[in-house]
Amino acid sequence: MNKRFQSPIVLLGARFLSPYIFMFGLYVIFHGHYSPGGGFQGGALLAAAILLVRVAGGEKIGQLQLIEKLTTPIGVIGVIIYFGTGLSAILAGGNFLDYGVLPFPGVVEPAWSRYIGLLIIEVGIGAAVMAILVMIYDNMIKGEDYD
Amino acid sequence: MVYAATDLPNRADNNSAMHAEISPNGGPVIGNYFIQNAYKDAKTPNIVTVILGDYRGIDTFGEQLVIFTAGLVGILVLRKSKKLKK
Repeated sequence: MNKRFQSPIVLLGARFLSPYIFMFGLYVIFHGHYSPGGGFQGGALLAAAILLVRVAGGEKIGQLQLIEKLTTPIGVIGVIIYFGTGLSAILAGGNFLDYGVLPFPGVVEPAWSRYIGLLIIEVGIGAAVMAILVMIYDNMIKGEDYD
Repeated sequence: MVYAATDLPNRADNNSAMHAEISPNGGPVIGNYFIQNAYKDAKTPNIVTVILGDYRGIDTFGEQLVIFTAGLVGILVLRKSKKLKK
């Protein structure tokens, strides 16, 4: 193999770009009610922001942004947020994933309750997609290191 | 496929079957209901978000489970156990 060395210019560029991509990912998730976007697309953008630093800076610097051990729990929490929203709708007396019956404080109309329910599940999808894309990348890197 | 695509109705054709309120067999067209009631039901201007998250919520939950399962299979295939490391 060729000798590997770190390029400070590439790392600086990646560190400059990464927060903007992350912010745009959050925008795509939370603005999905009004413009094209949503959980899957925003989650992919968040993962791109994290993977950019991991590719540019190597294993140790990438851990500063999101620790590797945290990716699996975040993915599980994302799925649980979605499933828990559906389950709490059953407990509130409706069907599975029927957000109209969820008792949010200060919300009387079921339409606005659906609005908030949609927002919650989008956040859950975004967290799960981000964490799992980063998790797959980390596992691929690890498999290479053991050889 | 290109030849078949030339026979498709225009996007703004009001007389085509998929844009009608009543389908040829007499029942209501579901897409028509989505377009008319998406904003009233969820106060969300983006119809696609309402359909994916609300009307077809279980389908989106299945998609998320597919991605989650892909991650778990990634762990299973790519992560090596400590026995193999020696």
